Amino acid sequence: MTALVHSAWPAQVGLLSGRAIKRILRNPAQMIFPIAFPLVLLAVNAAGLDAATRLPGFPTASYLDFALAVPFMQGALFAALNGGQDLARDIEGGFLDRLAMTPIGGAALLAGQLGGALFMGLVSAILYLVVGIAFGAGIASGAGGALVLVLLALAISFAFACFGTFVALRAGTGEAVQGFFPLFFVLLFLSSAFFPRDLIEQEWFRIIATYNPVSYMVEGIRSLVISGWDGQALAQAFAIAAIATVGFLALSARALRTRLVRT
Amino acid sequence: MSALARTRSVALAVAWRSIHNAFSNKAILLPSLLFPLFFFIAFAGGLSGIRNAPDFDYRSGYTTFQFAFICIQASAFGGVFTGFAIAADFEFGFARRLLLAAPNRAGIVIGYMLSAMVRAVFVLTVVFCAGLVSGMRVDGSLGHLLGLLALALAVSATATLWAAGIAMRLRTMQAGPVMQMPVFIALFLAPVFVPLHLVAGWVHDVARYNPFTALLEAARGFMAGEPTKIGLSAACLAALFALTVLWARGGLRSAERAG
Amino acid sequence: MSEERGIDVQGLVREFKGGVRAVDGIDLHVDAGEIYGFLGPNGAGKSTTVKVLTTLLPPSAGQATVAGHDVAREGAKVRAAIGVALQDVALDPMLTGREHMRLQGGLQGIPRAERGKRGDELLERVGLTDAADRKSKTYSGGMKRRLDLALALLHNPRILFLDEPTTGLDVQSRTALWEEVERLARQEGTTVFLTTQYLEEADVLADRVGIIDRGTIVAEGTPAQLKAQVAKPTVELVPRDSGQCAAAGAALEPFGELISARQAGSIAVRLDSGADQLAAIVRALDQADIAFANLALHEPTLDDVFLAKTGRSLEGAADGPGDGEVPPAPGRSRGEPAVTTS
Ligand SMILES: Nc1ncnc2c1ncn2[C@@H]1O[C@H](COP(=O)(O)OP(=O)(O)OP(=O)(O)O)[C@@H](O)[C@H]1O
Ligand SMILES: [Mg+2]
Repeated sequence: MTALVHSAWPAQVGLLSGRAIKRILRNPAQMIFPIAFPLVLLAVNAAGLDAATRLPGFPTASYLDFALAVPFMQGALFAALNGGQDLARDIEGGFLDRLAMTPIGGAALLAGQLGGALFMGLVSAILYLVVGIAFGAGIASGAGGALVLVLLALAISFAFACFGTFVALRAGTGEAVQGFFPLFFVLLFLSSAFFPRDLIEQEWFRIIATYNPVSYMVEGIRSLVISGWDGQALAQAFAIAAIATVGFLALSARALRTRLVRT
Repeated sequence: MSALARTRSVALAVAWRSIHNAFSNKAILLPSLLFPLFFFIAFAGGLSGIRNAPDFDYRSGYTTFQFAFICIQASAFGGVFTGFAIAADFEFGFARRLLLAAPNRAGIVIGYMLSAMVRAVFVLTVVFCAGLVSGMRVDGSLGHLLGLLALALAVSATATLWAAGIAMRLRTMQAGPVMQMPVFIALFLAPVFVPLHLVAGWVHDVARYNPFTALLEAARGFMAGEPTKIGLSAACLAALFALTVLWARGGLRSAERAG
Repeated sequence: MSEERGIDVQGLVREFKGGVRAVDGIDLHVDAGEIYGFLGPNGAGKSTTVKVLTTLLPPSAGQATVAGHDVAREGAKVRAAIGVALQDVALDPMLTGREHMRLQGGLQGIPRAERGKRGDELLERVGLTDAADRKSKTYSGGMKRRLDLALALLHNPRILFLDEPTTGLDVQSRTALWEEVERLARQEGTTVFLTTQYLEEADVLADRVGIIDRGTIVAEGTPAQLKAQVAKPTVELVPRDSGQCAAAGAALEPFGELISARQAGSIAVRLDSGADQLAAIVRALDQADIAFANLALHEPTLDDVFLAKTGRSLEGAADGPGDGEVPPAPGRSRGEPAVTTS
């Protein structure tokens, strides 16, 4: 029996990912907002914070280039939020219990859920790249850099999606997941996403931004846009995404076990 | 019981339940409290360097500058969060109980609105205290602060009506972004980080006509003890309130049609 | 008086988007203090009718007055007069039973001073006193239903709508609910409009029954009237020796019309007159020297009524037309097997 379940693993993941992706595609509103919103915010910030480029020591002359990394992060967050909410709906509606009655293993269940988020992360990353370039952002690292950028964005999407899954499994309500999203969003704001770390005036904020792993994710993406190939920035970004993935995946697995025991 | 008394009774019952749920479920209350707090910290802390840009002319400090924004934003988002709760009520069928019991269904919406305002007062108090602790300058008098509170409550009520209109039309929690995004965008198409004259490009042109610009400037004026744009703000709010009342009423009709 | 407590429906239609006519022109009348049983299979339109009558859905066409008020135009007045427990319980998972009662009291405009007392009284009546301070999400399905019912009763409604109130209740709770419904109707004069899929429930509880199928009412009357209309009692016989079937048939012939029996190896006859012929039948069999393994008298049931009117058996009727041969559902409360009368 165990062997049978294991051999069916890829098929199960495929099945569940397929369902997650179908769910996204069947509700286009779910796609439009997550994709449009970061672009609007980018445009708005490029205007609202344009004055910052006049500060001495600002690394580029265009706030658009500086902030282009942010939509990729937000795209990843939205993908995670969306996945988490879908999962929460499954929990609230009792669908998870139904899945739990089937021979599908917990790992396949998680992987299927994450597949949807990964899909959404990919679609949005490619779009931001295209729109960013169309509106005059230059990618300093060239075409190869653009490819690495998309890969990094995917790694980050996956890490965040693991977090969304964890919250959904722990709290079990869509409102809780949705409530968490802005908070996560603010983690982005407590990083160097909007202001270069060395120009941050408040020391405590500079310290937070230095310890905030999101800073390094942003800086990894940003390095490809504004400064070309920067091995250290890239290594840091990928490493942090990997660590977050492993950590939240473990927490999710535990939360899933608790939930399936409890309900 | 008179019709008015019945409406009041329904509104109070709905408000009680909504507030009760918010305060007894940390997962609902915490985000709506922490969200503005974090924004306050993030903007006031992370971006304060921008006050060194040439021509930045707000005199009461960057923390105060951002506190005014957070007041408006927290109130608006409190309303949106209430909209999430309304959508959930419809998705899970509890709203039927409200629709069945209330002779005057407008009372239901008023109740949600009251609960959003109560929550706004709570959140603003916490954010204000946080500001004071971090050394925020308050140059306005008590009267100015009450003016700011009135402004914030009106924003809260209006935002709730807006979100309720969507929640009652779509009746699913997936409607969350539809409630949140437009408010977010309208807020950020106002001078959030710098005074209006430092905002660049097309956003400057939009911000000049964005009602939130007037609200922000009025809020910042209250905090600085130099009230400004009060008449314009009041007019904008009155107009927005009237529009959202119609919007929410349409939503209620739509919910009634769908059963 | 009767106006104030009655229900009157004429030509009621409710069509959903996509053209589903869930309720397709029904007429019905419920008198004050009457228990009206609305019987029908899944998807027949019971819940839709309830939602229209309780102002949750506007009708697409036709007229309905509840408590003397038009459901489409005087929603507030209708709502003030009625109590409703819908098929899906409408509870807030985060509120306790007592908090629900308090909330409902506020919604119904019950004076503050009376809310607590009345709420506790009702919680007691539905047996939830011990669970009153627990969140409703911790309740069992049956407890949720009972809380839902208590909420429906809080403001002493003159007319009570119950949509499948006993689905999911255990036998004890079901009997208790029947007693409560009877008490409300008999002692307090409450009019009760109750939907059900259970034949027995309609039979036992309802003064009058309306049978709905695919949005139209196919039969209406007291249970006795309905049964008398469509069918006489039948006798079903299983000879000990299956070779004697033909002989048994001949012996039974004089008592009525032979009809096809459900089981192979048995003989069924629809009696011309009443059940008092049973003794004569036994004598006739004795005379013909036919030993029997089993002899059963079947009074007609509401299922026979449904079968006669629609050509389908109520159990399993939602699955589609033309399958009158559905065996009785396991575990259902009616003692006898269904008899095919077609
Ligand atoms: N909101 C809706 N939109 C579209 N069709 C609907 C809607 N609600 C009900 N229907 C359809 O109307 C018909 C009658 O449904 P209704 O819920 O009234 O049946 P019912 O008799 O209560 O069945 P059950 O015993 O299963 O509760 C069904 O075909 C159903 O699919
Ligand atoms: Mg039904």
